[in-house]
Amino acid sequence: MNRRLQIALGVVAIVVIGVSILAAQGRLSWLPGTRTAGTGDGEDWTPPRTPWGDPDLQGIYNYGTSTPLQRPTQVGDKQVLSDEEAAALQADIAHRLDRDRRDGGAQADVSRSYNDAWMDPARMRLTADKRTSLIIDPPDGRLPPRVEHELTPVEKEARAAADLSTRRFNTGFQESYLDMDVGNRCIIRRRNEGGGHPYLPAIYNNMAQILQSPGYVVIYAEMIHFARVIPVDGRPPLPDTVETWLGDPRGRWEGDTLVVETRNFVGSNAHMVGRTGVVYGNANPRTFSIVERFTRTGPESIEYRVTIADPETWTRPFTISVPWNKTTEQIYEYQCQETNYDMFHWLDGARAREKRGERFDPNAPDALGGQQD
Amino acid sequence: MPHRSKVVLVLTGAAAALVVVWLATRLQSPAAAQATAPGEFPAYTAQRTADGKPDLNGIWQSVTTANWDLEAHSAAAGPYTELVGAYGAQPGGQSVVEGGMIPYRPEALARKRANFAQRVTPSVPGDGVEPPLGDPELKCWMPGVPRTMYMPYPFQIVQTPETILITHEFNGTTRLVRMNWPEETPVDNTFFMGWSRGRWEGETLVIDVTGLSDKNWLDRAGNFLTDAAHVVERLTAVSPYHLWYEATIEDANVFSRPWKISFPLYRRMERDVQLMEFKCQPFVEELVYGRFTKKPTS
Repeated sequence: MNRRLQIALGVVAIVVIGVSILAAQGRLSWLPGTRTAGTGDGEDWTPPRTPWGDPDLQGIYNYGTSTPLQRPTQVGDKQVLSDEEAAALQADIAHRLDRDRRDGGAQADVSRSYNDAWMDPARMRLTADKRTSLIIDPPDGRLPPRVEHELTPVEKEARAAADLSTRRFNTGFQESYLDMDVGNRCIIRRRNEGGGHPYLPAIYNNMAQILQSPGYVVIYAEMIHFARVIPVDGRPPLPDTVETWLGDPRGRWEGDTLVVETRNFVGSNAHMVGRTGVVYGNANPRTFSIVERFTRTGPESIEYRVTIADPETWTRPFTISVPWNKTTEQIYEYQCQETNYDMFHWLDGARAREKRGERFDPNAPDALGGQQD
Repeated sequence: MPHRSKVVLVLTGAAAALVVVWLATRLQSPAAAQATAPGEFPAYTAQRTADGKPDLNGIWQSVTTANWDLEAHSAAAGPYTELVGAYGAQPGGQSVVEGGMIPYRPEALARKRANFAQRVTPSVPGDGVEPPLGDPELKCWMPGVPRTMYMPYPFQIVQTPETILITHEFNGTTRLVRMNWPEETPVDNTFFMGWSRGRWEGETLVIDVTGLSDKNWLDRAGNFLTDAAHVVERLTAVSPYHLWYEATIEDANVFSRPWKISFPLYRRMERDVQLMEFKCQPFVEELVYGRFTKKPTS
C-alpha cells in the first residue's frame, strides 16, 4: 500500500469517526450546507424575523469550502457526486491540503508549516450537497466564454502595460507601488478571492458577520475591515458620477430573501486601478452587474447566490451558489496598510537589486508565473 | 354661582394653567438644551430598541476641531502651506479636555513634541523606525480610540443586543463593541481600534477599551497613547439629535493621572444621508512610498 493511499484512508477513517461522533452529539450544524430548505430537519423550521419584521440573517459566518468554482473537466457533466465519490474527493483534498504530510522534503515541510497558520480549515470540506461546482448556471458549471473583440489602441496599450507590470512583480523588480495589485495595496481584496462581493471561498479568512438595524443590513467582512452598509429602506441609488472601489449597494426583501444590487464602481480612474480590475473577472465596471441573494436555509446556514453579468466580458450571465455556515469564531481586526511590511520589502528590495547591478528581464523564466489575480 | 361651581372652575383653571406651563416647558426644552452648559442637558429618555435599550442607531458626527488638537489651539498654517494654502490650514479651536490640558509626564511630553515636529515625515512598516514617524491619519491608518470618534467624518452605529458595530467613513474603519464580553482581551495582541466591551448603565452605553496599539496618535498635534492605555467611553442620548460623548483615558506610560474629554455628537439629518466611501489608501501612496520608486536613469 503506498504512503499516499495510507494517508488518504487514514484521513477518511478520521473524518468518518469524527462525523459519527458529532452526528451522535447532534453538533453537525457547522458542516457546510448541512441544513437546506425543505430537506431533513429543515421541514418544520420557520425563518426567523427581526423585531421590526425583516428576515433575520444575523450571525457570524464562514463560507469556506473546497468545492471548486468551476466543474472539473474530469467529472464530465456530473452535477452531484455520489457518497463514495465525495468521500474519495474529500480524502484527496484533505491529503493535498495537509500541511503536515511530509512528503516534499525539509524545505517544503517548513514552507507548509509556516503557511498552515493562514489556512482556513473550512476549505477542507466540500459543500454538503456534494455539488461538483459552485457555479449552478450555466448548467455545465463553467464560467461562460469571454467575449472576444478587437482591442482598441488604448486597450492594447493598457494590456501591454499591465503585462509588463506583472512581469516586474513576478521577478521582484517592482518599479513602484502601482506594480502591486489592489489587494497588495490594501485598497480592496482581489475580486477573485474572498473578503468582498462576490463572496467566494479563498484559502483563508472566509469570515463575515451580518448585523441588522431597522432599515439596514451590514455585512462585515474581516478582510480589510470592510463593513458593507446596505440600506433596505428603498432609497434611490447614488448618482452615476459617484465612483467607489466597493460599489454602492441597495437592498430589498423578496419574501425571506435579501436581494442586493450594487453599482457605482470605479471606472474612469484607471491610473488608480493599476494592472488589476476593480470588479470580478476584470470586467468592465461600467457594464458590470452583480445581484446577490441571501436566504436563510436553516438555523445555522444561509444560501448566498450571486448572478454576475457583463455583456462586454462574458457571452452570458452566470450564477454561483455558496453556503454560508455559522461559526463560533469571532471577527478580529484586520490591519492592512498599517502593517503592510510587504510593500516596503518589495520596493526596497527591488532598489537594492538594481544597486547591485541586477536588471529586470521581462522574459525571465518566472516572469509570468504566479499571476496574482 | 354656587360655591361648588366656583371651586370646580378654579380647579379647572389651575389645571389648565399647569398644562400650559408643562407644555411650554416641553416645547422649550430643545432651546433650553442649547442654552445650558455642555454636559448639563435636561433629563432625556431615549427611544428604545426592541430589547428595551436606549436606541443609538444612526449616523453621527463630531463637529469639533479636536482632530487637529485636543487642547485649545490657535488658527495656524498647515504643512505644505506653499502648495495647499488655506486648504491645509488649521482652524482655531477650544479644548475638549476637562481642565483644558492633558496631564503629560515630562518625558512623554517630549515625545508628543517630537511627534508634531515630524508629523508629515512618514516612516513605513518594516523600515525599522520605532515608534513610526508621521501622523497615522496622514498615512491612512485606522485612527484608534478615542480619536476615531472626533475625526471630521461621519460614522454609523448599528445596534444589536449582542454586538454594536461602529463603522466610520474614514478608511471604512470599523469596530465591534461586544456587549458584556467577559475577558479584557481574547488574544495576546493589540489592535489599532482596541478590544471594545460594552455594557448599559441606565441611559448610557459604556465601552471599555483595552488592547490598543502603541502606534496610535490622538490628534494631528502629536498627542498619543501606548498599549498600556485604558479608555472608558460613555455615550448618552441627550436629545433625539445629539449624543453626549465622554472618554476617560488612563495610561501610566504617558500621563500622570487619568483625564477626560467630552463633546456632543450630532445626528446627520440630511434626507437619505449615508456614509460615503473614503478609501484614502490610494491618496497616500505617493507620499508614503514614492521615495522607493525607481527613478529614471538619464
